[in-house]
Amino acid sequence: MNRVVITGQGAISSLGASAADHFESMRAARNGIGPLNFQDTERLSIRIGGQIKDYDPAARFSRQDITLFDKFTQFALIAADEAMAQSGLILTEDLATTAGVVLGTAGGGLQTQDENYRSVYEDGKNRVHPFVVPRLMNNAAASHVSMRYNLQGPSFTVATACASSNHAMGQAFNLIRSGISKVMLTGGSESMLCFGGIKAWEGLRVMSKDGCRPFSANRNGMVQGEGAGVFVFEDYTHARARGAEILAEVVGFAMTSDASDIVMPNKQGAKRAISGALRDARISGEDIGYINAHGTGTAANDKTECAAVREVFGAHADRLMISSTKSMHGHLIGGTGAVELLACIMAIRDGVIAPTINYEVPDPECDLDVVPNEAREAKVTVALSNAFAFGGLNAVLAVRAV
Amino acid sequence: MSKTVEEQVIAIIAEQALIEPSEVDTSATLEDLGIDSLGLVEAVFAIEENFDLSVPFNANDPTESEFDISNVRSMINAVEQLVAAKGS
Repeated sequence: MNRVVITGQGAISSLGASAADHFESMRAARNGIGPLNFQDTERLSIRIGGQIKDYDPAARFSRQDITLFDKFTQFALIAADEAMAQSGLILTEDLATTAGVVLGTAGGGLQTQDENYRSVYEDGKNRVHPFVVPRLMNNAAASHVSMRYNLQGPSFTVATACASSNHAMGQAFNLIRSGISKVMLTGGSESMLCFGGIKAWEGLRVMSKDGCRPFSANRNGMVQGEGAGVFVFEDYTHARARGAEILAEVVGFAMTSDASDIVMPNKQGAKRAISGALRDARISGEDIGYINAHGTGTAANDKTECAAVREVFGAHADRLMISSTKSMHGHLIGGTGAVELLACIMAIRDGVIAPTINYEVPDPECDLDVVPNEAREAKVTVALSNAFAFGGLNAVLAVRAV
Repeated sequence: MSKTVEEQVIAIIAEQALIEPSEVDTSATLEDLGIDSLGLVEAVFAIEENFDLSVPFNANDPTESEFDISNVRSMINAVEQLVAAKGS
């Protein structure tokens, strides 16, 4: 089996327009959540989110590109550009034939759907722009990334709701580990902050009207965000041979299905995913210094996740740190695992643990070290990133310092 | 003064070709102007929106459509006929 390392990283969310911005924002415990700003927000009961402020597509893309790119594609390309630039990778024709891209998304081109449904249903128009389908399809982002970098190998989109990015990165990891590819771009992207996107979520009554407070006893729901994270995963020997800077090693991945409920989380499924990732990485629980929690800020997720962690790690659960950066950037749904992997990289590389902000009241059912409100300096060698999706689909990644 | 049908069609094609309307040679084909299949579909959409009419164009086989896209001139003629048919 080949070792897999990360040689490039890129991101955009309400915490900033680059990976470096994210590290700085997480270190500073910055809150990226605020009032939503788009058409018809006055008809929403949920009016906050981690929306990217002052986003100007024209500053990044040509007019022709914007005609073809939904926002979720734009975000993916912005993050991919940063990751590729950082990696310094030159895709020769030989390398390009097996290099690919696997991205997660849950809603795909939801903005495009929203705009065009409004146009035909509400405005009564009978004609839509010819590119509606190529904009809204869930694989649009992955396809445009493949075209931009001439990635001709395995390329596809993974849709497992809130675990999409982790599942995507797990596929990329295994494609390199097994020797099928030497280089994979991977991560995820989401852009659900539009009237229809939020209105649909309102229906479930799991959204907070006033803030995201994971693990805090006074938490009252999740808050959505938007954006993308993309990484360059590379065969270790290949990366070493070209002298690339190695940001982290991906050492383990596991996925499980609760096979029980379409929305309620299940401790057994979460436990099996966490312990599966440890087993896959051939490490013991004691090696884990930090967990980036799924930590949505809902009553059900946070207590279930903490119970699962406690049962997997036993006494070590009281020694490790676990934080939810969703408190800062919101829940990026299908893109969330990608942006959150940055917190794991920051932990093992810079020795800085991203905080759980808005932590106000201890909850006996979440009695772990959630790194409340302020970032912390600590030496961590191995970190986990949890993602537990609606539909009971769980995916956990393990990364180690190199 | 409102623009003629010809001027409006040329403006739409120029926008797709990313050139000035004055640079559009009416004997040029869309290929000459660097307009690909997606650009053509966009141009047809823009014509429909602009003149509020339906263009008989099938992207599966553009050359077999009633809408003659042989060159800029043929497209202008076709749009003029559609606009006249709509007015009658």
